[in-house]
Parts: sequence; structure tokens; C-alpha cells
Amino acid sequence: MAESKAKPGVLLDIRNLRIEATVYPPGEAPKNIVLVHDVSLTLEKGKVLGLIGESGAGKSTIGLSSMGYGRGGVRITGGEVILNGRDILKGGKEGFRKLRGREVCYVAQSAAAAFNPAHRLMDQVVEATLLHGTATRAEAEKRAIALFKKLSLPSPETIGERFPHQVSGGQLQRVMTAMALCSEPDLIVFDEPTTALDVTTQIDVLAAIKDAIRDTHVAALYITHDLAVVAQVSDEIMVLRHGRLVEWGGTRQIIKEPRQEYTNALVSVHEIEHSEQNPGATPFLSVKNVTAAYGGGQVKVLKNVSVDIYPGQTLAVVGESGSGKSTLARAITGLLPPEQGTVTFDGRPLANRLADRPKEDLRQLQMIYQMADVAMNPRQTVGTIIGRPLEFYFGMRGRERDKRVAELLDEIEMGKGFIDRYPAELSGGQKQRVCIARSLAAKPKLIICDEVTSALDPLVANGILKLLLNLQEHEKVAYLFITHDLATVKSIADSIAVMYRGEVVRYGSKSKVLTPPFDAYTDLLLSSVPEMEIGWLEKAIKGRRMASAGN
Amino acid sequence: MSSPILKLIAQRIALGILLLLAISVLIFAGTQILPGDVAQAILGQSATPESLANLREQLGLNDPAYVRYFHWLGGVLTGDLGTAMSSGQDIATSIKGRLWNTLFLAFWAAIVAVPLAIILGLIAVRYRNGWVDKLISGLALASTSFPEFFIGYLLVYFFAVKWQIFPAISTVYDGMPFGERMQAIALPATALTLVVLAHMMRMTRAAILNVMQSAYVETAELKGLSAFAVIRKHAFPNAIAPIINVVMLNLAYLIVGVVVVEVIFVYPGMGQYLVDHVTKRDVPVVQAVGLIFAAVYISLNIIADIAAIVANPRLRHPK
Repeated sequence: MAESKAKPGVLLDIRNLRIEATVYPPGEAPKNIVLVHDVSLTLEKGKVLGLIGESGAGKSTIGLSSMGYGRGGVRITGGEVILNGRDILKGGKEGFRKLRGREVCYVAQSAAAAFNPAHRLMDQVVEATLLHGTATRAEAEKRAIALFKKLSLPSPETIGERFPHQVSGGQLQRVMTAMALCSEPDLIVFDEPTTALDVTTQIDVLAAIKDAIRDTHVAALYITHDLAVVAQVSDEIMVLRHGRLVEWGGTRQIIKEPRQEYTNALVSVHEIEHSEQNPGATPFLSVKNVTAAYGGGQVKVLKNVSVDIYPGQTLAVVGESGSGKSTLARAITGLLPPEQGTVTFDGRPLANRLADRPKEDLRQLQMIYQMADVAMNPRQTVGTIIGRPLEFYFGMRGRERDKRVAELLDEIEMGKGFIDRYPAELSGGQKQRVCIARSLAAKPKLIICDEVTSALDPLVANGILKLLLNLQEHEKVAYLFITHDLATVKSIADSIAVMYRGEVVRYGSKSKVLTPPFDAYTDLLLSSVPEMEIGWLEKAIKGRRMASAGN
Repeated sequence: MSSPILKLIAQRIALGILLLLAISVLIFAGTQILPGDVAQAILGQSATPESLANLREQLGLNDPAYVRYFHWLGGVLTGDLGTAMSSGQDIATSIKGRLWNTLFLAFWAAIVAVPLAIILGLIAVRYRNGWVDKLISGLALASTSFPEFFIGYLLVYFFAVKWQIFPAISTVYDGMPFGERMQAIALPATALTLVVLAHMMRMTRAAILNVMQSAYVETAELKGLSAFAVIRKHAFPNAIAPIINVVMLNLAYLIVGVVVVEVIFVYPGMGQYLVDHVTKRDVPVVQAVGLIFAAVYISLNIIADIAAIVANPRLRHPK
């Protein structure tokens, strides 16, 4: 009977899928919420469907439903999931076990966490194949090595003997893809497989995944919040929001002629108007030849770094993880006293150690962090959090303080109603806004923004960037903006410092830094940023090969 | 095996030896603080000032404390634990047999208790929050909550008195056939097992549940592994370090904490020996037994540390 439902060539047919979960809000009775509202999709054999949307859109939940899996108490309460002509929801636990790892495999966002630290990679890669008895161990290992080669992993013959901690993040992500392909499934669910990687690594992994999909004719659900990434690998794209379907169409149609306003917003997310300001006569903060190290001088993380920050302007510091961006911020704030070099502020040197700086110096330099929710005391209200610097730096009390808090909330485009809320009651974007208000409360000359938009959904991040630019105009505050995201840099920076292995490799005004000729590393970095254009990936990889050959 | 791991292990062993020396000082000092001395204890009622002085001279009690400490320590290191005051026997000789008996009992109790506790812990995780989990936890906690002597007497009442399967008194002697010996220790070993079971079971359960939140457990589930295979193959190896720690603590308890059980079953082990000589205020014996117990505790904990180091793939296979 189930067979009669199947259309020819269709691998996965999800009909009216409804997924619910029980939430336990503190102090209230547990209640049911619907995560996915009657979503339907079909996927043909060998095709790739991109699922895109912000967090909470139900992308991963829908993806995992093709394996009959619900994370943390999530339940599939309605609809059908027809895979290879049968409704898998009727197969029970035993049925799920037989299809997981055989018909459908999963590639997680963080391969570093998804591999078991106690076992060698090869044992984990062939585990599903052996479990389902589709090959002998020797065959499976041979297949795995061939896949390692295909995914251009270094020393494919022996990499399987290593433990997960002995392999880098980008390589692990590729090993995980090999693990999914090893049991020759019909469908792979890629759940943000490149989101946790640096841009320069992301492009390699993306290309490897794309080649592997093409050559093995496996179908895939590719889940991501980055439209530019998904445009490179999918045949079709489905846009989701709050567990509902927004738009579903061919990749070209979605990125070139989006029919829904929300899709349009996602497509044009990186376009922020900001004209570069010319550096003023004198910088108010200068970092001169700073060298800093961890472990008592053992590990040098900053080597002879010099940058200037001008009043009311933005210096963006870009680079991969481990390039020393955040360490530069720590050196400026005095959290990590430099071994050599000086930081001057308003023409006088700042004390190296945080403890030696007067209150006034502390007030002038404020920080905003990547993780807004851990940067706030969960047991204090928004009013207390923002009011604290007012009390500490200006001695404001009572009504005067509350008035200023209300003004600040206004400035970050949040109403008075938030003053008595706790951080847990705010969304990710709102939390980051509160952190911005807290830093503004001190009326600083410089705010150091350390990856402040990296943990946010693109649209929310966009709102935060616009807010920061508006505030800069009104308050004349300068930003030191640390990020790995070059699109962000292009939108808001006045000058840019490119960092690589603790050194500034390129520094100057935005237009100068972004104009060729480039040094090799800046070129690599710039050419790795995904563009919303079909065929960009191939072009970028090709262009890069030429560049690296020219080196 | 590589050098960082060997260094860590060497450090642990060195620390253990240092700790043992510190404890030997404490034990020695503790017995010095007590009123009266060995000469007085030996002579008892018949002591005259002259005989006391003579005996003190003879035993070297007039030397300063540190000289006596090193004298004692030197003896211990060469296997001479001194002479028991109450019986005049050589302590090392009488302890040898008893230590062997205690280890024999502890060994068989551990052989049953450790695997049983770990398997029960695994099963509890498999059916977590269900009735199987609650039953296992409930029974294990109940058996631990009962005082040892109560469990001991219950066992004696049912198995020795009512059904007469095992003897109530666990007498063992040299040259006893293995089968008879096992029958003799059946009840005390069961009592010990019941006492230590819950602690290890609960720790196994907690340690594995902690790991069950990890992304790699989800990966394993999504490969289609059965729930039990996920726990055994993917969760357990990563929970091994805390489990080993609590197992070793309980093994130490099996050796040094058996006093009550040994007394109930009149088993000729270290515990009973210690109790006998505490009542007789036989200081050299108490010192010797205390030192041996400390050594057992420390070495088992060193083994736990080393096992945890060796079980960590990051230390075993550095980058």
C-alpha cells in the first residue's frame, strides 16, 4: 500500500509533518509547543535540497525527522515521512535503527564534538557499515580510505589510525562526511557542516562535500543559516521561519528572484550603507609594537603589532581563529599585559596591567562580547545590569539613574517595558543590545566589540550592526571591531587590520586594504567569503589555485 | 606510551610515597601523645621505678622522639614491625597470615561487587528514570543504608541458622582446601558486596549519564546502534575515570573497612586483629596496622589516578 504512494524517482517525501515538544517554563505548568507546522517536502534521488532559516526555524528538526530522530524530547506528532516508498514513522524503534546509518546518515555541525574521543577515527567511520552488515571490515576500510582520498584528506592511508583530538577541525568535518558516505546511504543530512569553521577552511570543506555528493549520487538535505553557502551546493532551496514554510524553489529563483519579503531580506542581508570616514589628524588610541604571550612568554600570540584608532571611527580586526585578534583586545584592556610595546591613550601611555589603571581609564574603554548571555548576571534585571556602570562611574542613584537607563534602552531601540526583565526572558539579539547599552552607559571613547554578531542569526546581526553605526553617529564612539566575517567588515569599517599568526599583515583605510594588489593571505581571506552567486565556489577554488601556485 | 604520560605517573608515585611518609609521622606522633608508655604498659601493676627505668633504657625510650621515629621507620622499611607487647610475638609474622586472609576476602568480594555494580549502573542508564532504574537504585541504596552488622546478622539468620547453607562463623586456617575456604567466606563476602555496591553503581550511573549528553552519543544513535550498544561502546569508555576512582575507594574500603564484618563472622583478618589489640592498648600493633592500611589506601588511589591517566586518549596519544 505504501509503495503505491511513491512517485518514481522520489527518495524522500515528507507530508504535513508536525513536530511538538513539551517545554517547562519556570513557575508555570508544562505546555506543548509546536515546532514544525505541517511542512511538506519532496526530494528526488541524487538531488540536494537546502533548508535555510534562522535558529528556531525548525531546520534541524525537519532534517532529523528523516531519520525518525527527535532531539531532547521532541516528538513527531503528525504527518508522514516516506523514505524509499514506505512511511518510516510506522516502522517503530527497530525500523528507525535499521535505516539510521544505512539509508540515511548525518553530518553534524561540530565534528570535533560529534566524534567519540575514546576511539580511533577508522573504527568510528566504518562502525555503521559493519553494524548494518553491508560490507566486511576490510571492504569498509578500503572504501573509507578511498573516501578520505576523495575528500582530499592528508595521508588518507593512515589518518584513520588517529584519534579525533589529533586532527584539525576542518579535517574532522571531512572525516565525518566520509563517515556518512561510507555506508553508501541514499540520503545524507548535513546540519550546518561548515558553520563552525574559519572562512578559509570552510571553502575547502564545502568543495569537498560538493564533489563527494556529485560523485556518489547521494541525495542530501543541506541545513544552514547562510544562504550564500547553500546556494553553492543545492539544487533547490526551502526557506523556513518559525517552523513554517516561507518559500520553496530552485536555487537560482530563490537567490535571484525571491518571491517572499522574508527571503528577500535574507538575500540582501549584507547590504549596509556605510561610507568610509577619513582618518582624523591624530589617533586617540595607539598600539605601538605590542608583543604579548601566554604561559610566561612561552607562546607568543602577538608579534610587534601596531594599530591606531581615530575618534568616532571603526577599526576592524580580521583574521582566522588563533590569529591573535582577541588577544589584541586583551592587551589593550590590560587583561593580558604586553611584554613589549605600549598602548597610548590621549597622548599618554596606559598602564600595562588592568589593576594599575585608574577608574577613568577603565571607563573610557568598554567591551562587548560574542556570548551576550554569559556576559550578564542571570539573576539581575536589565535595569540593574545597565544601571551598574552609571552607579560605578558616575555615582548616579535612584530616579536619576532610572531615567538614564530608560534613555539608554531607548537608544538601543528597546522600550521601557524591558527594565524589569531578566536576561533569560530576552532573545539573543535583545541580550546583545542590553550589553551594548551597558557599555554605552559608561560614555566611553572606545568600545571593543569581540565577535559581537557571530552567534546571531544574519538578520538579527544586521540589526545590531545598523544600531552600532547609528550609535556611532550620535555618541561619537569609536569601535575596535574584532571579527572573522569579512562581509561585516565591509559594512561597517573605516580602517582594517588583517591579522595572521599574531602579526598584522595588512593595515590601512578600508578602501586601501580592499583594493588590489593583495598580499597572499588577504587574497585568500577575501576570496574565501561566500558570495550569493551560483558557481562562485568553483570560481573561487580555481582562482585560489592560481594564486597559491603563484606564491 | 610516551614521555609525558610516564612523567605524570612518576609524579603520582612520588607524591604517594611522600604522603605515606607524612602519615607515618602522624601515626608515630599520635601514639606518643597518648598517656603512659610501652614500658609502663608491659610491666603494668608490677612496675617499680627501677624496673621501669631499666626497661625504658632497654627499649630505647629515653632517646629523643625523632631518633625513635627513624629507628621505627628503619625497622618498618626492612620488614621489622616490632614486637607485640601483649603476646610478645613478632608483629610482622602474625600480620602476614591475617593480611593474606583479609586480601582473600576483599578479592572475592570485589570480584563480585565491581562487575555487578558496573553492569547494574549500565542497566540503570539504559532504562533511566523508568521502573528498572528506580528498582536498582532503591535496592542498592537500601543495602548501603543498612548498617553492616545488621546485614551481617540478617545473612547469618537466614543462610546459617534457618537454611543452614553456609557457616555462621567463618573460621579459616592454613592449608584449608579452596572449596571449604570459599564456603567459609561466602557470607562475609556477600555482606561486603552489599555494602559497597550502591556507591559504585550510583557513580557509574551518574558518570555515564553525564556523558550521554554529548554530541558523539547522538552520532552513535544516528548510526543505528542499539541503546545498550551506545552506552557500552560510546558512553562508558568516556566515563571510565570517575568510575575507576570510586571503584578504588571501595576496594580500599573492602580491605581497611572490614573491621565490623570480620568481627561479626569471627574472620581472622586484619580488622579483627586491630580491634583485639586496640582493646589491649598494644601500641606497636596499632601503629603497624595503621601504616599498612594507609599504604593500601594510598596505593589504590595511585592506581586509580594512573588508570585515569592511561584511559585518557589525549594523554596516551599526544598530538
